[in-house]
Amino acid sequence: MRSFFGILKDLLSRDGRFRFAFIALSALILFSLASYWSPHSPRFSFVVPPNMRPNLDYWFGTNSRGQDLFWMMTFATRNSLAFGLMTAALSRVISIFVGLTSGYKGGLYDRVLMAINDSFIVLPVLPILILLNFILRGQMNLFTLSLTMAFFGWAFDARLMRSQVLSLKEREFTNNAIFSGMKMHKITLKEHLPFVMPIVFSTWINNMMWAMGMEVTLSVLGLSNINIATIGTTIYWANQHQALISGVWWWLGAPVAISVLLFLSMYLTVISLNQHLDPRTRLQRIREATTDGT
Amino acid sequence: MKNAFLRYIILRVLQCLMVIFVGITVTFMIPRFTPVDPVEQAITRMTMFQQSTHPEALEEMRASLATLYGLEGSVFEQYLGFWGRLFRGDLGPSLSSFPRPVMTLIRTSLPWTAGLLLTSTIIAWSLGNIIGAFAGYFHHKKWSQVLGVMALVVWPIPYYIFAFLLLVLLAYVIPIFPLSGAFAIGSSPGLNWNFISSVLRHGFLPALSIVAIGFGGQFLGMRSLVSNVISEDYILYAEIAGVPNHRILKNYVIRNALLPQITGLALQLGMIFNGAMITEFVFSYPGIGYLAYTAIFSGDFGLIMGIAIFSIVAVALAVLIIDLLYPVFDPRVKLR
Repeated sequence: MRSFFGILKDLLSRDGRFRFAFIALSALILFSLASYWSPHSPRFSFVVPPNMRPNLDYWFGTNSRGQDLFWMMTFATRNSLAFGLMTAALSRVISIFVGLTSGYKGGLYDRVLMAINDSFIVLPVLPILILLNFILRGQMNLFTLSLTMAFFGWAFDARLMRSQVLSLKEREFTNNAIFSGMKMHKITLKEHLPFVMPIVFSTWINNMMWAMGMEVTLSVLGLSNINIATIGTTIYWANQHQALISGVWWWLGAPVAISVLLFLSMYLTVISLNQHLDPRTRLQRIREATTDGT
Repeated sequence: MKNAFLRYIILRVLQCLMVIFVGITVTFMIPRFTPVDPVEQAITRMTMFQQSTHPEALEEMRASLATLYGLEGSVFEQYLGFWGRLFRGDLGPSLSSFPRPVMTLIRTSLPWTAGLLLTSTIIAWSLGNIIGAFAGYFHHKKWSQVLGVMALVVWPIPYYIFAFLLLVLLAYVIPIFPLSGAFAIGSSPGLNWNFISSVLRHGFLPALSIVAIGFGGQFLGMRSLVSNVISEDYILYAEIAGVPNHRILKNYVIRNALLPQITGLALQLGMIFNGAMITEFVFSYPGIGYLAYTAIFSGDFGLIMGIAIFSIVAVALAVLIIDLLYPVFDPRVKLR
């Protein structure tokens, strides 16, 4: 835990991009948590006067269904973030399993698993997801939607984890573990997984972004549960009421602005984390630190 | 020597068949192992607006839909039948524009998607790599850093939202480009200037949205690859030997950094295809993506199924083509 805060402090003090991302993400998370204090339920419409421009009473304006967009967006951001976290967690489980097994076992196992893995990387996922959600629409909740997304979103990261395990397998401690009679699943989970964890975290955010972007696409097509407020369904409803043509631009402006900020700050977090973990830049930091000292 | 090359080709072809196999099997399983029956769904949708339907007619309809979707017999028989029909290129009829076969509908939309995708991907990939290489080589210059920030901001935005922003900005707020379609209504398709200019004008925004995001990804990838390559000893050696900058860049830096980018393009092709589909929804561009969009709204299960299958095969074959071109750029494949 101490090392986690150490890394955080280090990144905050030396990386401007991370500072921006950290502040923006914290603000967005606080914003989404505000949904718990919302005076209106997102399920009800016509609780406030419709089509109000953004003003002091309604910061983001109100939509044609008479909902306060500020509070709607707090729910939407919360649900989208929760959905992204869930999908990433589920698909991490698959990619850790495939990556570790394939890397450790090698041989035929590896070849078969990687052939399937590579197929999942290349497959055009969107038409398949459209098919799946077309059949299941109306019966989906955020959890089942994230389950189906996780099924398609693990492959690339499994490959990254596998390549890490391939090098770990050659190290002395693996042989030590084998010779002391450790079972395979114990070696991979106890000995190898801790080394793979940095990849798990950096791919976690990447996967969240992918899943949340897909959610927007599927929702806009009306293929998710349109009664759950998410960033995608907010855009769906705005399109359904032809918000742009009737001049209610803030209905689209709110989800678009929030998602741009959200995705940008998530991406900046990933690249500054990756740079921090990269041994080359780490060496450079040490060099800088020593020259500063002298 | 010859054997290594042959082995490479055979492995690539096998992987391509594997992609098709996995993809088709997944699409086969979806309607059979989900709790919702597409036949019942179609019947509910059809009978929704009718007060009463004769039970015998309903039964007959159920049976004919089951045959249509290939849902008769045991799962294994269905699976074999499914492949059998695919080999004949038969994706069944479309329900919404019955009795036109799904294959005909796809064939009319295909040129639009292929044209849009091919031109914009080639432009995005070459521009991204060339400019990315320069930006990586001259990474201390101001313009390189400005471009880097721009790519950084565009790249993570979800495809739908970026395309939508472009549409609002350049067709609605500043109306210089048309809102939707692939050519102006009234212009007759053919080899005349009116039609071609109208196609180019309509295609510009969709292409721009694919290029902008694709460029960002390629640019960032190439820039970081180049910044790794230039710390290699052979680059330092070339610099000390006084080889001119542009020759170092062309012959030693780009040549080496390009290889992972070609493999990367093959791996991203599925993603790029997804992006093109989304672009087509946003700009109502009459390609495969827009066809899927209309199929969703008319409840045409057969058409959606056909599009999914077709996309899998098309993307797998496109990846195979890139893989087979790879030895042209990396002669080591032939020697290994």
